[in-house]
Amino acid sequence: MKKMGDMLLRRDAFSEIVMGNTAIVRAMVEAGTRVVSSYPGSPTPEIALAIQSIPKNDRPFYFEFSTNEKVATELAYGAAVNGHLSTVFFKSVGLNVAADTFVQLSLMNIIGGMVVVLGDDPGANSSQNEQDNRHYAHMSYTPMLEPADPAEVYHFYREAARLSQTQGMPVILRLTTHVCHAKERVTFGAWNPVEPDDTPQFDPSNGPYIPLTTQAIEMKRTSMARLEQVRQRAEETALNRVVDNGNTARGVITMGLPFLSLMDELDGAAAKPDILKLAYVHPLPRKTIVRFLSSHREVKVLEELDDLVENQIKAMAFDLQLPVKIIGKTRSEDWIGEYTPDKVRHVLSATWPDMVQAAATLEAEDPAPHRPPQMCPGCGHRSAFHAIKQALAPTDITVADIGCHTLGFLPPYEMGQLLMCMGASTAMASGLRLFNTSRKVVAFMGDSTFFHAALPGIINAIFNRHPITLILMENGTTAMTGHQDHAASGRNFNEVTDKIPVRQVLEGLGVQHIAEVDTYQQAKLAELLTEMIAIDEFSVVIARHPCMLKFTREQRKNPTYQQKHVTIDQRVCERIHTCIETFGCPTFTRDTEGNVTINTDLCIGDGSCIQTCPTKAIAPAGKKGKGGDA
Amino acid sequence: MKAFNIHLTGVGGQGIGLISEVILRAADHGGHPVKSVDTHGLAQRGGIVVSQIRIGENVFSPLVPAGQADLVISLERHEALRAAGTVLKDKGCLIYYNTVWQPLSVRLNETAEVAESDVQDLCRARGIQVISVFHEDLPDIRMQNMAVLAEIHRHRMIPGIDLKHYQSAMADLMSGSMLKENRELFDKRLTA
Repeated sequence: MKKMGDMLLRRDAFSEIVMGNTAIVRAMVEAGTRVVSSYPGSPTPEIALAIQSIPKNDRPFYFEFSTNEKVATELAYGAAVNGHLSTVFFKSVGLNVAADTFVQLSLMNIIGGMVVVLGDDPGANSSQNEQDNRHYAHMSYTPMLEPADPAEVYHFYREAARLSQTQGMPVILRLTTHVCHAKERVTFGAWNPVEPDDTPQFDPSNGPYIPLTTQAIEMKRTSMARLEQVRQRAEETALNRVVDNGNTARGVITMGLPFLSLMDELDGAAAKPDILKLAYVHPLPRKTIVRFLSSHREVKVLEELDDLVENQIKAMAFDLQLPVKIIGKTRSEDWIGEYTPDKVRHVLSATWPDMVQAAATLEAEDPAPHRPPQMCPGCGHRSAFHAIKQALAPTDITVADIGCHTLGFLPPYEMGQLLMCMGASTAMASGLRLFNTSRKVVAFMGDSTFFHAALPGIINAIFNRHPITLILMENGTTAMTGHQDHAASGRNFNEVTDKIPVRQVLEGLGVQHIAEVDTYQQAKLAELLTEMIAIDEFSVVIARHPCMLKFTREQRKNPTYQQKHVTIDQRVCERIHTCIETFGCPTFTRDTEGNVTINTDLCIGDGSCIQTCPTKAIAPAGKKGKGGDA
Repeated sequence: MKAFNIHLTGVGGQGIGLISEVILRAADHGGHPVKSVDTHGLAQRGGIVVSQIRIGENVFSPLVPAGQADLVISLERHEALRAAGTVLKDKGCLIYYNTVWQPLSVRLNETAEVAESDVQDLCRARGIQVISVFHEDLPDIRMQNMAVLAEIHRHRMIPGIDLKHYQSAMADLMSGSMLKENRELFDKRLTA
């Protein structure tokens, strides 16, 4: 078996099949990166899996999952002004959390260099929006590179690190979901490790590092001047690509994954356009672009999400009065969704219908029933939602937060009627409670999110006396993104650490009303919640059950593990269907006669469903019901 | 070799990731240029998991254009129908493991479960070759993917990949008893 950790530390040059998220770790190793930090979020968690594949003592850099993206950014910055090449990575919306720190970075002289790796998510595959983080590069005067595939991820990280080190400025490497997760054979360079100089090099005279009063304005001037120097580099870099099809009439300017989609869609097209693929999306290589504009009569700007490059290119052409027709976005749909090959065909056929034919329809009709994601068999959140629904009136308001428990918004639970972002539920619930005495307000929160961004909202509810109930859905891990540890799980990425128990935190903050229950005790949970919502003060119910997906995966590592499952006594079952329609475990299967059976591939035998059956027809794993097996 | 596009699908937890990586690496061992991409994130929680593989020269994006898959590999019947209906070429090939993980609307009695005949009807209408795989006696449900892989090779459904390429790919990705058991199953099904 090929070991990823060995591969990432090879001394010789080699090639291997890797994901974009793995290629970047080899680039970090070769570049001499010394400090890496993150908060887990799709599409980037596999970067940490690749890092984890290198045994801790062999890892040439320090890595941690910090409590949130802002903290991770501050940690990487601190290390970088001490002389260490550092990197922070997180998902698209993670930059919103980190923004307060991030927007200051370009003002600073970051002597060690710092690369900010973003996992943007066009198409909102696993995010609450598909925000275009190139806007942040503009507002913060920060250079940004955008690779299209795993090989480019490797080369562009190396470029970003070199630029950051030589200029002492932050550089953004913007990945997108299907660049992170694409796999192909990538050729890597040799790695000649040099003993790092870990002498703390922080010196205020390298600054200023205090962006206040008149200094802030001067620092902005310096920052903008540095960005102009990068523009020259963006002109000259060998990472720009020109595809010369000898077409003086038509050209396309594009970047990132849409370039690959374009190349696919042009296969077989008549009179292919010339293509300029940009490596730097900020600052733009003005001379290179003007040269391309000047040598074509029509230029299409093929740009995923927003029209940032298009507007700058139009401004260049306007200022120079270039006689070129620039075609940007024309329909609102052009701003929306990932630029897959299908999408690019659609966009291109609208621009030049004689070049590529429009597909008959963008998407064929789906002949199968929709399959929304759902909570896993045995999930403690399912038991919680089943119980909570019984304790609340239909008019009560439930506020969701980010995590696996967000899926409670789907049928059959419909628990969690509003969602914003990490940690937002408590304060939104507090606002919903103002002038509202007739409808109870309940907020949900996961335990990783509790530490990430929930504390200010919780403290506000205590401080300003908002009488809502917070239900802390504690499963002991950061489940949705692949079971990363958090401050209450007793381990960090590198070692065993002291737990920070959520209950003691809440008590320390002065919360007067705290109840705690394992969610499998559904009746008890419903009873406690009924008590708590009746109190006219801020209250918390800690609804606890370990993540059963994590638990089951750990059990399966034991060679003697046998998957167990509950059974249904068909003679007792009255087809009331609470198990399948209200409790809703995916294990329950319905036949055409309305009989319910167990999908033994799925059931883990946890038995959380047994209490939901009004006729007691479900028998625990290992015990036969009165009427035999299902 | 002309581009050969494979669309793999199933439900989170069925082992799409492993079979996809085996095929990706087998194609590479066979000396072909190859790219793939997986979907992650929410899909892991009981939703649809998709992986795409593109083999051959002049392939740029790892994403298979709609209606351009030459082969659909599904580990579940509903997902077999969905992928055959939305991404598979006319006269393409569909192979699926004939198990059912009912989607929510079926369990809520809002829609009917997809029947084997639904899959066959769709395939017949569009000239799609369809192979359904099912074994009563698998030692572990997580080996359904290897049972399907064996059928894929038995029917030579992916051009340019030989037995030794699949075997090398498995050895790249697995070790110890996991490799042994999966190889045993794979080899047994080849001669079954």
